[in-house]
Amino acid sequence: MGWGGVSQGNASNSGPPPPSSIHRGEARRGADPAAQTSEAELTAWKRVELALMALAVDPGGLKGLWLRARAGPVRDRATAALAALPLPQRRLHPGIGDEALFGGLDLTATLAAGRPVRSEGLLAQPAALVLTMAERCPAGLAARLGQALDGPGPCLIALDEGAETEEALPPALADRLALFLTLDGIAEADAPPLALDQKALAVARDRLPRLRVPATVGERLTGVALALGIPGLRAPLLALRLARVLAALRGHAGVRREDVLTAAELAFAHRARTFPEVVPEAPAPPPPDSGTEEEQSDSLDLPEELILEAVKAALPADLLDRLTTARAARALKGGTGAGEARAGHKRGRPLPSRPGKPDANHRLDLIATLRAAAPWQAVRQRALSAPGLTAQPAPPSPPGGEGRGEGEAAARRLHIRPSDLRIRRHQERSERVLIFVVDASGSAALARLAEAKGAVELLLARAYARRDHVALIAFRGPGAELILPPTRSLVQTKRRLSGLPGGGGTPLAAALRLAGETALRARSRGLTPVLALLTDGRANIALDGAAGRERAEADAAAMARGWRATGAASVVIDTASRPEAGLRRLAQTLGGVYLPLPRADAARLSTALEAALGPVQAG
Amino acid sequence: MTKTPRQPFPFSAIVGQEDMKTAMILTAIDPGIGGVLVFGDRGTGKSTAVRALAALLPPIEAVEGCPVNAPRRDLSPDWAQGVGDRMVTKPTPVVDLPLGVTEDRVVGALDIERALTRGEKAFEPGLLARANRGYLYIDEVNLLEDHIVDLLLDVAQSGENVVEREGLSIRHAARFVLVGSGNPEEGELRPQLLDRFGLSVEVTSPRDIATRVEVIKRRDAYENAYDRFMKTWAPMDAGLRNQILAARAALPKLKTPAAVLHDCAALCLALGSDGLRGELTLLRAARALAAFEGETSVKRAHLKRVAPMALSHRLRRDPLDEAGSGARVERSLAEVLP
Repeated sequence: MGWGGVSQGNASNSGPPPPSSIHRGEARRGADPAAQTSEAELTAWKRVELALMALAVDPGGLKGLWLRARAGPVRDRATAALAALPLPQRRLHPGIGDEALFGGLDLTATLAAGRPVRSEGLLAQPAALVLTMAERCPAGLAARLGQALDGPGPCLIALDEGAETEEALPPALADRLALFLTLDGIAEADAPPLALDQKALAVARDRLPRLRVPATVGERLTGVALALGIPGLRAPLLALRLARVLAALRGHAGVRREDVLTAAELAFAHRARTFPEVVPEAPAPPPPDSGTEEEQSDSLDLPEELILEAVKAALPADLLDRLTTARAARALKGGTGAGEARAGHKRGRPLPSRPGKPDANHRLDLIATLRAAAPWQAVRQRALSAPGLTAQPAPPSPPGGEGRGEGEAAARRLHIRPSDLRIRRHQERSERVLIFVVDASGSAALARLAEAKGAVELLLARAYARRDHVALIAFRGPGAELILPPTRSLVQTKRRLSGLPGGGGTPLAAALRLAGETALRARSRGLTPVLALLTDGRANIALDGAAGRERAEADAAAMARGWRATGAASVVIDTASRPEAGLRRLAQTLGGVYLPLPRADAARLSTALEAALGPVQAG
Repeated sequence: MTKTPRQPFPFSAIVGQEDMKTAMILTAIDPGIGGVLVFGDRGTGKSTAVRALAALLPPIEAVEGCPVNAPRRDLSPDWAQGVGDRMVTKPTPVVDLPLGVTEDRVVGALDIERALTRGEKAFEPGLLARANRGYLYIDEVNLLEDHIVDLLLDVAQSGENVVEREGLSIRHAARFVLVGSGNPEEGELRPQLLDRFGLSVEVTSPRDIATRVEVIKRRDAYENAYDRFMKTWAPMDAGLRNQILAARAALPKLKTPAAVLHDCAALCLALGSDGLRGELTLLRAARALAAFEGETSVKRAHLKRVAPMALSHRLRRDPLDEAGSGARVERSLAEVLP
């Protein structure tokens, strides 16, 4: 996404870039003509090649690559180049279990061999781990891989196929990987197969430990990371490492300015949280430090502004969108709390298995059954081989004494009795998500908006107490906006709410539609949606954004019927100074509760809502 | 890429984050304080500190081969096998509790390997057994499954792990210091679990350039000039370890003036913290700090320094108070203990 414009412009990689794509390049050139080396004119595919080479030189140090692209020939060419990595490749999928990762008892082989057979986990040997469909990586796996990455050895190539911006690699992993590449906008024709020069890689690897690094490099990179609003300290560390690798690749004796520039571009652009409008002052001179003296001699003259410009040029064009959605994604990923790991079938937590017979409603817990049967195997086999004791029926095995071969086979077989059978049990525990739909239109003038915010905050406090999830939708002007996807993080909700602007029309229908979509998604994750609509007026913006009360109300009513059809609970809170008949009707259409709360104080609101929604919690 | 196994990043070389470091040292002096919760941004050195702590801790004496690291032969559980009679010195256990861990792995279960191959019913100890007398570290603790949290709460409270399942009836000591870390943006922590941590600290990325640069420099030196770096810092760590040992020895002899007890109670009363656990932890932490600093009696100054980390997470939470409970503790401190 970030470099699409550049790549399309001068993908041919010859001559100056055509006019259409010049402006970003110019920004860079305008800042400092001296920076205009061949590296500054990297085409998107060259950039991919350079990043892959860097990774191949030092996979353990750079920790890996976040490759965001849909599956296709271009991605295949990029991943094919990973063969140059000095590590064996291991493929992981988001559903991989601990046994496969860390190894464990190989049950099948153990049963067959009659002695414990251990399987080796994927993480046992240093490897290049290729995580496919990384956007679906659950938080638990991300944490485990993150821990593995913190140690020496593995590197991770995360193939992220996220279609929407909120689908992305978990931040816990994204933070640890030095490189980010996107292949958007690279045509197949512009992406010739990559053949990484093994000899060059080996030379670079060899040169890496002896590189001279001017003391200022770390300072500059740290400063730039701060200016870009990158909070953690992994980013500058990884960028520093990357600068070394690039210098080694380019045959420099020490890290030079172009190495730092490219490293900053590759490592920082996707992490930026703020768009650096104000270029920071040059940092104070570094504190005197023993050991830097000899390094000062080849200190490089590289103002922070220059690096900042380089990163800026590489910043994704849609950074601002991404800024919000990336946070939303974080809320989405982690905010659902503990249960998220089983998102597909979040129907309660597993309880210890119980003896019982499997049927349509009870599924067999195979492992537990085997465990229950295991201690008795020796005893049962002995019982079987002793002919006098065959009176006890053993359903799956034939009676003993039918010839030696069969008897032995029977002895080797697993003996499972009905009493061993274990069934799975789950504790049903549906969680609730409160979808707040807050009217921020002009009619809900500022004072009322403040009151609505106060009310929501109070409800949030209650929601916190009951571990409800909360989603926030605001509507004003032409449409509605999902300000916060379902989350449990109150801090975020609070922050988002206080930044809510007011003014414009009342697009109630759009708000209800968005609420419906949010509810649907929440349902698919096993949450029970509840709608809380806070408004003081009637709809006056139709679904298509056209003004006009009649169509707007018709649309809103249609959307309300849609909500009712889902059977989810709802509350309409009328915050107008006089009760609004239209809203009462809307509440009826929604099949919900209507609470006229003129001059409502937040406490009353909370009590009222509590009373109205009480039964839902119990259900 | 394979290198000789390295020591983790030295504890004393961690730049800044004084609260976090102090809290961890205090639990090392007095494990009874009951654990540390570190909440903060990614990449602020939370995990680094815990791994560094493992290398810093003084070794323990334990019965050879004992699954629960028992300090005496008679304290070794009767179900344990392969337990020798000799005492061995081993590093203080620091056990990682990975997310998505199964109940079986935490509490222990029937040893399926032995059952399958030898037809014996034997208990296979879990992570709680291994963490006995040591540390149990949970990264991303706020993402831990609820049922594992419940388990931990119970064991952390009683100091004993009881397994009643599959025809096994096993109990063993499980006293450990719980260390949790997490990122508050990813979800809240249940108040019940919060309360089990003795101390809680918040870490943020340093905002000033000089500190950040220093972090980068040291980390870079650790990675690229390992030997020289360790030569500088290993003695510092050793010094810190001796200081911890000295503090442990001094702890029983430390005097606690009645005035300090009174201060403790007054502060907790003013803050309205639930239960007495807060007061006890506050006192223990203050004593540990006094011992660490080589004092002979606890002073109000010690109390004031540990109060925020001992109390801020125990206050009845106002989820919408932006300032955070740390500020409330500071406020009360200023009022009650001028």
